[in-house]
Amino acid sequence: MTMDQITTSLLTSRRHLLLAGASFAAWAYVPKFARAADQRDPRLIVVILRGALDGLATVAPVGDPDYAGLHGAIALTTAGPNPALPLDSFFALHPSMPEFARMYRDKQAAIVHAVATSYRERSHFDGQDVLESGFAGPGRVQSGWLNRALEALPRGPRIAGALAVGPTAPLVLRGAAPTVGWAPVTLPQADDDTAMRLVDLYAHRDPMLAAALSQGLKLEKVAFGDDMKPKPGGNQIAAMRQVARGAAKLMAADDGPRIAALAFDGWDTHANEGGAVGRLAQLLSGLDGALAEFESGLGARWRDTVVVVATEFGRTAKINGTQGTDHGTGTIALLAGGAVKGGRVIADWPTLKMASLYQGRDLAPTTDLRAVFKGVLADHLGLSERALAETVFPESIAVKPIKGLVA
Amino acid sequence: MARDPQAALVAMNRFGFGARGGASGDLVNAASDPRGFVKAELGRPNGALLEVPGLQPTPALADAVFAYQDEVKRAREAQAKAASETPEQPGQTRGLSMTAADAPMTAPPAAATTAGTSMTAPAGEPAPATQATPAKPQQQQQPPNVVQKTFRAETLARLQRAVLADCGFTERLVAFWSNHFCISAGKGELARMWAGSFEREAIRPHVLGRFADMLKAVEQHPAMLFFLDNQDSLGPDSRAGQNRKRGLNENLAREIMELHTLGVGGGYTQEDVTSLARIITGWSFAGRNSRNGAPGSFVFNANAHQPGPQTLLGKVYQDDGLAQGEASLSDIARHPSTAKFIAGKLARHFVADEPPPALVARLESVFKKSDGDLKALTLALIDSDEAWSAPLTKIRSPYEFLVAGGRLLARVPEDPGFYLNSLNTLGQPLWAPAGPNGFADSNAMWAAPEGMKLRLDISAQLAARLGNNLDPRDLLDLVAGDATSAETRRTIERAESRQQALALLLMSPEFQRR
Repeated sequence: MTMDQITTSLLTSRRHLLLAGASFAAWAYVPKFARAADQRDPRLIVVILRGALDGLATVAPVGDPDYAGLHGAIALTTAGPNPALPLDSFFALHPSMPEFARMYRDKQAAIVHAVATSYRERSHFDGQDVLESGFAGPGRVQSGWLNRALEALPRGPRIAGALAVGPTAPLVLRGAAPTVGWAPVTLPQADDDTAMRLVDLYAHRDPMLAAALSQGLKLEKVAFGDDMKPKPGGNQIAAMRQVARGAAKLMAADDGPRIAALAFDGWDTHANEGGAVGRLAQLLSGLDGALAEFESGLGARWRDTVVVVATEFGRTAKINGTQGTDHGTGTIALLAGGAVKGGRVIADWPTLKMASLYQGRDLAPTTDLRAVFKGVLADHLGLSERALAETVFPESIAVKPIKGLVA
Repeated sequence: MARDPQAALVAMNRFGFGARGGASGDLVNAASDPRGFVKAELGRPNGALLEVPGLQPTPALADAVFAYQDEVKRAREAQAKAASETPEQPGQTRGLSMTAADAPMTAPPAAATTAGTSMTAPAGEPAPATQATPAKPQQQQQPPNVVQKTFRAETLARLQRAVLADCGFTERLVAFWSNHFCISAGKGELARMWAGSFEREAIRPHVLGRFADMLKAVEQHPAMLFFLDNQDSLGPDSRAGQNRKRGLNENLAREIMELHTLGVGGGYTQEDVTSLARIITGWSFAGRNSRNGAPGSFVFNANAHQPGPQTLLGKVYQDDGLAQGEASLSDIARHPSTAKFIAGKLARHFVADEPPPALVARLESVFKKSDGDLKALTLALIDSDEAWSAPLTKIRSPYEFLVAGGRLLARVPEDPGFYLNSLNTLGQPLWAPAGPNGFADSNAMWAAPEGMKLRLDISAQLAARLGNNLDPRDLLDLVAGDATSAETRRTIERAESRQQALALLLMSPEFQRR
């Protein structure tokens, strides 16, 4: 079964049919800002990591005296096998991200640490709503901040609408401004994480289904011969690269979309998160590969590109009893691209002392993630501070854009 | 009446096709009067009929398929003629796929979502699938022929009815009887053409009528006569049999007794099979250019009918042509073995693989006393305590699972492709069981390892398409409400994304079991 078949066949509503006739008219406009004096033609890609990324495991504060103790067996070190890649005297990058490290050295990548949205609870769904809607609290899912940012752009020549990558548009790009959709044709099977959660549910509620499903999953592993691979398997990494490659190709075209959003799943690492190697390492390797694909696929446009990678919240500073981390607050945002003023970790570091941790558990957020988004939208796309404070991120006048993120 | 969430689950899942999403309030309504909710559909006159513009009667479909076959034949002959005149250039038709191989990655966004109105449906009411994917690698695709078009139209009508029905109990009954009296669309173009009309004409009018009437309608339907070869069966002593030196085909006679009425061990012998086969010789349908009647209509061909009286199950049936067979079927329909076989099968389908013996006994008795009144039988099932107290142990068949998914996600099917493909994947191709015994109706059949894994993949695909716009916590309340287990609720709430939560919800015991 292909994605097309689902797209065309599945449960479409009458409303959809009415709209379908008009769907080719989904044009947007090159931001006027783009053709300004310096000839820049900016591209912006927003990558959502669903499941809450462990920022302390990705950009490790190896210089913080409390880090190694809290993160225990999965803490990164700059020595030994698979050492973390030093970024400065304090932070080191996960060894699975050599491409990002190279961009960082080339001053085309930056990190904002101890960052969080305004959401302070621990539900993925609500956290993602806040992250993507741009509102201060959950429950507002009519439109996303990136879509409203599009609406606020001064309009230049017509181009294709913003690109929503994946089978459905992420909330961040949903809204009144026109979007186009694209997804790789091959549909992934259910990922291992989903399968394992289901096996766990069945184990508690339905032993017969547990036995059947476990056996079915095992048979499949044998058939594909990757029984010994750590989870998630190599397929997911390849899929992340594939998605990025396709999106980059579309965005590189002269009349292609200038703005895109996509989401990668699988960051909810409650158990067996792994340190320099393991489950998170695999995911980060996929993300790193995706960033490299953006770079190569965008070619000459990479110079004018900013990729923003963000997640709904972080994870606990201290690892739990199953070599993983639970839902936390402060985490990281990554910036990559030729237009990024890179080579920096931007952080008002709160320290990992017990008294400094948020609720005694999490890296305390010292930077509002909206300030990062605002900074990029203002400097890269020319949005006014007023539009940012009123329509893109409603009622956020107190959250000032971070200046100077863009070169 | 006090609300009973567990009974609501029984009403919606055991008897119906699952709760609908959106603002249907199905679960709440079912909870306040579970039995009444299930019974409500039964009171509608002709509620089981499926009369949809464009769906045609069996003879008209026969006309269409014969015309199509003639056309194909003419085209083939013309092509053969042309080929003999100009030899084909080797490799002429190849190479198309070369340029297409890279299409998925290089194609521009083929279509677009319109200004986000399409994406702003409120939570719980999924936005339509408006995103386009690039063109698939081009293949030389023929436009669908009349057989394919008909099959899809019949499928769509059935699916739409199932997804839209209030409870779906009547549609569940249709599916049950249609599987009991199955034909296979795999038998050939005629069977594929008639799979839908067979169900509409022979099953639906009788699901709440008399078993004997359904039996007669089924065994005289051209689709069944074609499927089990009875149009080829000739009485050895009939005029046609003598002329063509051919004889009996026992296929239909055997399956009538083994699968449709008495059941294996129902007290018939090989001699009875042969007798019934003789009795129903001449039961046929008019083919193309027939002088006996409109093509695709039932005909009794006296020329093929075995003359003389026949003894069946200890009773002698005089040869009075068509009436000989009709009298035989009428008696078989009332046979005690039939009552027992049908009672057991119905209870097994709706209640448990090993149904409570007392329930089966009661249904058997109702079948006998009411002279095979299927409405009385159905009501006895609904009114039984066993049907409401037995734990929900049966796993939904693939068809039930997919329809339940469509209902929950509140989407009216407009193209049957997803359903047909998924049914093929999950081993229950629509109207095409492997044998005349239909699809098995057991957990062993549907809760098999590979099946569960594939179900998970399909759930994940559905969730990838739709889950982004839905709040799984709201959906869970629509699916099972207060009857949700703590473990399932926790699993849904802890999922890392809406998509994952929806996939898990579709796979949860509350959704899979009925």
